[in-house]
This record gives sequence, structure tokens and C-alpha cells, in this order.
Amino acid sequence: MAKVNVLVLRGPGTNCDQETAFAFQQAGAVVSVCHINTLIRHERRLVDYQVLVIPGGFSYGDDIGAGKVLANELKLKLGEDIRLFVDNGGLILGICNGFQVMAKAGILPDIRQQTAPPLTLGTNDSGRFECRWVNLKVEKKSPCVFTQGVESMYLPVAHGEGKVITDMRGLRDINAALYYTDESGNVQAGYPDNPNGSMNNIAGVCDATGRIFALMPHPERHIRFQQHPHWTRKKAKEHGDGFIIFQNAVKFARTK
Amino acid sequence: MHKIEVRLKLHLPDPAGRGLVKDIQDLGINSVSDVRVVDVYWIDAYLAPEKAESIARELLADAVTQDYQIDTNTTAQDTTRGYKIVEVAYNAGVTDPVRDSVMKAIRDMGIINVRAVAIAKRYLIRGDVTQEELDKLSTRLLMNPIVQHVVDEELNQFPENPQYVFEYVKVPFLNASLDELEKARKQFGFSTQELEVILDYFRKVGRDPIDIELETLAQTWSEHCVHKTFKGKFNYDGTVVDNLLKSTIIKATNELNKPWCLSVFEDNAGVIEFDSHWALCFKVETHNHPSAVEPYGGASTGIGGVIRDPMGTGLGAKPIMNTDVFCFGLPDFPNADLPRGVLHPRRIFKGVRAGVADYANRMGIPTPNGAILFDNRYLGNPLVFCGTVGLMPKPMAKKGSHKPGDLVVVVGGKTGRDGIHGATFSSVQLDDKSHEVSYSAVQIGNPIVEKKMLDVLLQARDLGLYTQITDCGAGGLSSAVGEMGEETGARVNLDKVPLKYAGLTYSEIWISEAQERMVLAVPPENIAHLLKLFANEDVEAAVIGEFTDTKSLQLEYKNAMVCDLEMNFLHKGVPQIQMDAVWHQPRFDEPDFIAVDLEAELKSVLGSWNTCSKEWVIRQYDHEVQGSSVLKPLVGANNDGPGDAVIIRPILNSDMGAIIANGINTRYGDIDPYWMAASAIDEALRQVIAVGGNLKKLAVLDNFCWGSPKRPEVVGALIRAAEACHDMSLAYGVPFISGKDSLNNEFEYEGKLISIPHTLLISAIAVMDDVRKAVSMDLKSLGNLLYIIGMTGNDLGGSEYFAAHRAIGNNVPRVDAQQSRKAMESLSAATEKGLVRSCHDCSEGGLGVAVAEMAFAGGLGATIYLKNVPRTGPIYRNDYVLFSESNSRFIVEIEPEHDAQFRKAMGGVVMAQIGHVNQEEVLEVHGLMGDVVMRAPIHELKEAWQKPLRW
Repeated sequence: MAKVNVLVLRGPGTNCDQETAFAFQQAGAVVSVCHINTLIRHERRLVDYQVLVIPGGFSYGDDIGAGKVLANELKLKLGEDIRLFVDNGGLILGICNGFQVMAKAGILPDIRQQTAPPLTLGTNDSGRFECRWVNLKVEKKSPCVFTQGVESMYLPVAHGEGKVITDMRGLRDINAALYYTDESGNVQAGYPDNPNGSMNNIAGVCDATGRIFALMPHPERHIRFQQHPHWTRKKAKEHGDGFIIFQNAVKFARTK
Repeated sequence: MHKIEVRLKLHLPDPAGRGLVKDIQDLGINSVSDVRVVDVYWIDAYLAPEKAESIARELLADAVTQDYQIDTNTTAQDTTRGYKIVEVAYNAGVTDPVRDSVMKAIRDMGIINVRAVAIAKRYLIRGDVTQEELDKLSTRLLMNPIVQHVVDEELNQFPENPQYVFEYVKVPFLNASLDELEKARKQFGFSTQELEVILDYFRKVGRDPIDIELETLAQTWSEHCVHKTFKGKFNYDGTVVDNLLKSTIIKATNELNKPWCLSVFEDNAGVIEFDSHWALCFKVETHNHPSAVEPYGGASTGIGGVIRDPMGTGLGAKPIMNTDVFCFGLPDFPNADLPRGVLHPRRIFKGVRAGVADYANRMGIPTPNGAILFDNRYLGNPLVFCGTVGLMPKPMAKKGSHKPGDLVVVVGGKTGRDGIHGATFSSVQLDDKSHEVSYSAVQIGNPIVEKKMLDVLLQARDLGLYTQITDCGAGGLSSAVGEMGEETGARVNLDKVPLKYAGLTYSEIWISEAQERMVLAVPPENIAHLLKLFANEDVEAAVIGEFTDTKSLQLEYKNAMVCDLEMNFLHKGVPQIQMDAVWHQPRFDEPDFIAVDLEAELKSVLGSWNTCSKEWVIRQYDHEVQGSSVLKPLVGANNDGPGDAVIIRPILNSDMGAIIANGINTRYGDIDPYWMAASAIDEALRQVIAVGGNLKKLAVLDNFCWGSPKRPEVVGALIRAAEACHDMSLAYGVPFISGKDSLNNEFEYEGKLISIPHTLLISAIAVMDDVRKAVSMDLKSLGNLLYIIGMTGNDLGGSEYFAAHRAIGNNVPRVDAQQSRKAMESLSAATEKGLVRSCHDCSEGGLGVAVAEMAFAGGLGATIYLKNVPRTGPIYRNDYVLFSESNSRFIVEIEPEHDAQFRKAMGGVVMAQIGHVNQEEVLEVHGLMGDVVMRAPIHELKEAWQKPLRW
């Protein structure tokens, strides 16, 4: 079977790199966790990987705004490399802080388009950082390769700035891939089902190719059955809901 | 200089501002209708307009949500719009992490001529507020003069640091007058006994001391660092206790001599074996006095400090979990009655919570466990316990070592004037001047610096580049280097220490408690590799000296020797203190109230500050990061029930787990500290057992927070508690592996002394072989049977129920450790066999609260019969059976088909079936006479429990 190389990017304040690497390893990938300086100094090259992951954390303390300083660095120091990586068919996954970084660096909603609609992640409506589990529904029409074959998921969020904000054009043109729902799968705007007040209950976004995807919830925190908050009330399953995101990425990269 | 202001676009709501409106209302000011927060950045550079514009547009402001203004006087514009303005910034010298990030980002943009950045928050306040109210909300809410000031726009935001000219400060000793000696004694905080010993030492070496030598002794000999009281000699009602720590707690650990205890009482944390490859270490610390005066900074540096303990244990561990326990005054304490110099408990609570969460969340360490207690005796002296569990390869569990010639390397943050005298500050009593005098002892943490350091340290550890490590905590480099070089000697060149800014004296460099620093011993052949590793990730690392074979501590500054102290004197010279200790059993009135409405009583106990849901706090901690959680702090059908202990899976592809729990109950200590300590231990163990753990590989930590050891009754209480630790440790076969004490937790105002209640926190860590056997506390299915394990007695002294009736009582819960141990071992075996569906321990609020919590966590009702409860002694009242806090009890849910097997597994243990899971969502209680004494809807009970802290 073809080897799939995954690069999990870390920088000052990244903190979900290890469990993200674990998730990809479980899914059969070969994972390197790399400090951003090694890419900037050309000690490693993005083109050697099929998947780039920007994991969760508090890059540079989320100073100025969540993900802002790392976004600035990516854009200015690695912008060309990332565009080339995308043109070559690479996959990018951003989780939580990774989503904030990708939105603020212009990697989403569309890295190719100068005049893409505005997209940012703002402070939660509650004004608080919150860690809680949320029900998610996958947009059936989405081209997202990471969510293929998935209808719904139960995953934790843990963030203070996860509110998806855009404008009317964005609400029409941005590829929403994932929505917050209530327990029975209804998309409704209520807190805490929608934990941050995201517009249209959007929890995850991808680009037009479906290869670039970012979400606020943490799929890497629901790989094993015992991570489910109600597992002591349920019949055992082999994997947690988040695992398929990583399997899909590896499968897609392998067959490509 | 340029000023850039960034604010949310007008049409967007400001969540931070909305929160402040609520906080302002809590202060009793109801006229504020709107607050908006503006970020102000001062940039020290002359920038071309397009450069300033690009910094504002591309970096500082979010294009979608924010507007910016450059070099604009916005005051006039905001005043016209009806806002009052308060602008707040950190004082010079206080760490502001954002400054460094902004500098870095501007450099990334290719703009390299910015000398400095300063940051302020500008609060726009709308409403009919008087100047007096504005002052009140500024000082009580928006800023703390200890670390912040209100910005005066006219002043230069970039004042020059005062320069320091080296001057060698000798303290006259040998030919000094008594007055001069007394002055020196007070200045450095020595006791008369200590001063005499020091005087003898310098007479022997034949010279006057240099100030830095006395500073070093003061730090090393502080109560905080050396635990003089615990190691003291006590005259306890005629019996001599020589070194309390060694004669009680450590004695029990030595006697138990568990082979899986890898490092106990000798390193920054205690270490136990996890599996054949890995070890776990655990440490809990306090940061009380700094948190009293600056809750956010005090608590953030508290957690930051304890995280460095595992990092500095053995050859370094990865922090994998935090636990935090807080004690505050009551959140509804009347504003008007607040003593001068004391922050309101609600503000302390919110500040401490935010400080701990911001630091731990940024470090990426889950915080799934903790507790919060309220008592007005904590008003002026809150307690902030922070604990961290670390994971390390087993061969790295032992303390490292070094050879003469190895280099002393400081890594992590730079050194500034922050936290000077923290060690000595934490060892003195607070008073209403603490706010003014202690400013330099308090600091703000910078978690990203610590995270960056951690990332590199683990790589350096695995490459074997250093041979010993410790953290810079209280006493700074003085304590860290002093301790490391104890056996060999060390020479440090203070010029080599990287500084945040100029102007520090040599003493300040040496004793600064600037955060996020660690000290390594590095063989010379590894130094190039090590420095490169740190440089690769932009983390500070500097060689500041070397270890020697002189057996002395030598410091150089500007080519002069400023300190030359014998290590033996430094570490062994502190005289043992002598204390008197006494303890008398106090007598309290027995209450004589009658309970008419049991449902109302239950709701009142559920809704008390101590018992109520802490979800508001728990959710603001990231308790899922690292992906290790197995049993979470909030469990049950709706993720909101109070779990007992927490279980984590440190190695993601293994099924082994670690269980962490804590026990604390200060009210029992008012009656008898011995049974308080015994109860805290029993409680911590109960929680471990309740979730499916066992006693086989279980270790505990102690944390004593007490009043002044100058008072014999305070010391007597300490001895009784320590004796209980010894006795229970042996009886349960559970060793103590580490501990800490914090004394002088008293507060004086207007001549009145308030001592905190004797507070002992017991933290437990246990290894679980298979996390898939874990049990949660929420009821699972209709028709299942409910058992109570253990004996219920008339043990309401110090209970939550009596407290609700403003009584203390005298019948403090005791522990029959032999019976309890048998019950725990049998229950562990039953759980191991998969016979237990849910289990909850009975603690505050007794069986009534336990069953109620199990019911509403599972969304199922329960019927119980009090007459079935096994009872002992005079206990004839329904309310007493329901709310007694007898130790060693569990409520267990069993499937009917497992009943016989369960009874067999529990053979010989006192227990009884007391009821079942019912069809309705109601808690139904049948009294001792068989009559129905309560039928309470579980959603109402849950509401009573959730309401108080739904902030």
C-alpha cells in the first residue's frame, strides 16, 4: 500500500499535536510532527507530504486574536509553499486553532481566490472559553473529502473564539461542511447546542475542492470508544466518532 | 511613537463588555448599560504611514469584525457618544505576554525598527455613573494597582529603565551594634536564633557578609523552602516530637516500603511506577498569598510553578494533568462589610479561576479534577492549591546528578525584577498593607514561554543532553542552583544571566522569581548540541556557571566575588526551631432544630456553596486536551453529573489508566483535626474506589495550610492531623509520596486576627489496570437495585447539614480503617468482575445528596428506604440518616441478575439493599417508620444544585 506522509505542524503554543499524530497513525499514516521553523529554514519541505495538519492549541498564546500571529507567520513565511502544496493536490486539515489560523491566513474559504468572501472566528457569544461535547451534522452536498460517508458525529469543542462570522455573500458561497445540531440532529441556533453562536450553526468549512477542511470541534479527541462521555452507559464500539475523519484523509491521499 | 486602537465594529455585540456589565452589577452599581473594550497598542518607532497602516490592517485588526484608528484622539469622539473612559495598562516590569507576540509578528512583516510595544485596554462605559462609582469599578474590577495603572495619555508610554551602577553592599556584622544587627535581622526576615547562627558563621570566616549572601540564606531558610515548622522540635503537652514530618508521614511511607514507589520526598514531585516502561509523578503546591493580592497573576504563576515541578522531577516528566482546589470566602459576602485591603471573594474567585484556566489551557494540560470550598475565614487569605501529574520513562524517575565541571545552564524565560521575595512573602502573615508592600512579589505568568521550554526540554531529555534538572521556583536561581550544587559546589557568573531589561542589582538577578525558568546540569561535551536545540525553537538558554568541587556557593559579578558561602552551612545550618504545642477537644452546642420539610432540607444542602455544581468553572478548563480523558469531571446522561474521581489514559494506545481524586473537609477540623485528616484520606480513597480503582498501587500527597505556628494550639492541631496521616497511611497500606505545607495563613485587620480553618488537602493517584472497567456515578437503568455499603452513625458534627442550620456539633465522623479497607477491597473486586453499574461515594450531604446526584445525573428516579440503612449508635431521625456524613460509605447500583454474585463478592462487609431505580423521575424516600417522607422531582433537585454557580 502506498505510504501516506502526514505533517503535523507545531509552533509556539501548539498543544494538540501528539493526539492528532496518534489519530493519523491509527489511521495508517506515517506522521512527522514538525516545528514551523524547520519549514521556514527549509530543513523540511511541504512537498514531501500529502497531508498538512494545523492542530489545536494556543499558537503564540492567541495574542492579538486567536491564531493571528501564526496566521501572519504562515502567510508571510510559507505562503508560496502552501499554495504550491495545494496546487499539487495536498490535503490540509485545521482543527480548532488550526481553523482560526487558516481563516486568518486566507487559506480558507479559498486560498486561490483573492476576493474570497470574508471569514473569521470571533469570540464566543457567551464570552467564555468552553469545553463541551456537541452534536454535529455533515453537509450532504459538501465536496469535503474528510467527511465522506459520515452523517453525524459527537465531538468535543474547547475554545473561546469559535464563532464563525462572515457576510451574506459568505453565507451563500462558503462551503459549510459541518453544522452544530441538537441531540436529534436538528439544526437549531440554540446555545449550548451551538456553543459559540456561529452563523448558520457552521462548525466546519472546506474549500471548493474539498481537500482543504477546518473545523472547531476536535475529532482527534474522539478516537477511542472510552473518550465518549457516555461510554459507561453504552454498548462498546471499536472507534470513536472522530476517527473516520483521519481514515478518510489517509484513504483519499493513498488512492490519489 | 504611534498609537493604534482596535475595536469591534459598532454593529457587533461585545461579549467581553457584556460580561463586565454583569460584574459591575455585582458591585452594586446598576446604572451601567453598556461596556465596550478597545485594544490600544503603543508602538515605539517612527513608521511611514503605509507601514503603520499595514500593521493595523493586516495584523492588529480583524478585517471582518474590527475597526482600527491610527494616531487618532478618540477620547473626544467617545465622550461625545456618551461613554466614560478608563484605560488600563500593566506597570513597567510586569510581564505582558502580548507585547512579545506583537513584536514578533511585526518583525515577521519585515518591519524591524520597532523598539518596543506597550499595550492597554480602554474601557468605554455607558451609563449614568458618578465619578465615585467610576473609581470604585476601576479599582475593584478593571485594574489592580499592584500590577496595573490607569493610563495618562500625556505621559510617555516607554519610560527609560533606571540604570544600575554596581556597588558592593557589605552588611556590617562583626563590629555592629545591637541596633544594627536587629535592623539586618528584620530586613532579611531572620529569627533571633537564626541571626546568632549566621553571626557565628561570619565570625568564623572572619568577615562581614555581603547582602546577597544574607539574601541567599533568607531564601534558602524560608519556611516556604525549608519547612522549618514541620522539621521543628515540639513540646506537645509534655511529649517531645522531633521533626514532625519524619516522625509521622515519612515514617509510614518508609514502613510500607512499597517497591512501586520510585522516588519519595526527595525530589520536586513524588514518583510511582505506572507500567513496565513508564512512571507517574505528582505534586500539589499552594500559591495563597500572591493570589490574595493579585488573584489572576497569583493563580496563573501558581499553576505555572507546579507544572514545572514534574518537569523538574527525575530527569523531567511531561505534564499530563492538572488538579486545582480553591478555598474562598462566600461569594455573596456583603460588599459593605469587606475589610480594608481585601478583595471581594467573588473577584478573587473569578480572577483565580481565569488565571489557572488561561495558563493550563495554553499549556495544553487537561484540568479534569478539583474542588472549591467556601468559608468566610478564607476572606483575606484564600487558598489556591494547584497540582500536576507528569509522565516519564521509568529509568528517568530518579533525581539526576552532575560532576564538577558540568555547566550550569538556565533555560526558558529571561530574568526580570518580578517576584522578588516571593519565598519570604509567602511565609509571612498578610495584613491590610499587603497590597502596598508586596507589589514586587506578584507577577503574571507567560504560559507560551513555558510551553516552548517544555517542548525543547523533552527533546533534550530524550537525547540525554543534560544529567540533572530542577525548576526555578520560590527563591529563583538562589534556591535552584543552591540545591543542585549542595553536594559539590557551584560557581555562577551573574553577568551571564539573560535579563528582560537593564537595571537589576546582582542580588535581584540572583533571587528574582521570574517565571518559566529551569536550571540544567550539562556536561561540557553536550553544550553545543543543547544550545542549538533551544535556539532552533527560539527558546532562551544560557550557560551561567559551572559545578565545582569546592563545596561552596560562589557568585561573581563584574569580576568581583559577591558571594562565597559553604554549602554545608547554607543547607544544614538552619537551626531547628522549638515550639510548644497543645490541643484540647473543643465543645460546641448540639443543635436542637426540627426538620419539617425534608425536600426543602435536601434542596438547601444541594444548593449550598460547597455542594453545588461547579460546572461553570469546569467547562472553562480544557479537560479533554491530550485526548486522555476516560472518566470526565462531568458525567451522566447530560454530561452534568458530579463524577467522583477522574480517570485518564496517559498512553493513548494502552488500556491502563491513572485515577486522580482529592479529599478535603475543613469543618471536621474545627472539632478534631485528627478525624479531619482521617476523613480526608478516606474520602480521597473512596473516590478512587468508586470509579473502579483499587488500593494496590495508590499513593497520596498531603498539603497542609495552617495558621501561625507561633500559637501552640495551631501547632497542636497540626500534630494531630499529621498523626492521623501516619495512622491511616499504615492502616490502608497507602504511602504518602510528596507533600507541602503553607503556614501563617492568617489575616489581620483592625487589630483582629482571622486564621483560616485548619485545611488539609489529600490528593490521591492510583494506577488502574484496565480503564474499560471504569464505573461512573450516574444511575443507568430502571429496576436496578441500590445498595449502601458501610455503617451510618450519628456523625453530623461539622456536616454540611448542620452548617445549613448554622451549627457545628461535636460528633465528627471517624474512620474505622480496618472495616473500611475491607469494604473497599471487596468493592474493587466486585467492580473488577463487572458487577457494578454505578457507584457514588457519600461525602458532603451524606446519602441524601449522593442518591440525589446519582438520580439526576442519570435522568432516572430512585426509591430508598431509610429503615434498611445499617445504623450504629443513637441515630433515630430521618434527616440525620439522610444527611449524616459517616465515612467509608458508597451507594452502588446493581442489576438484579447480578445481585447474588454481588452479595457474594461483598461477603462480610456491612451493607444493605436500600432501594431501587424507579419508573418516575422522582426521588422517593421512605422514613424509618416506613412512611413516605419525600417525593422530590429530580429536575427540581438538579435545579437547586445547579442554580448557585450558574454565573
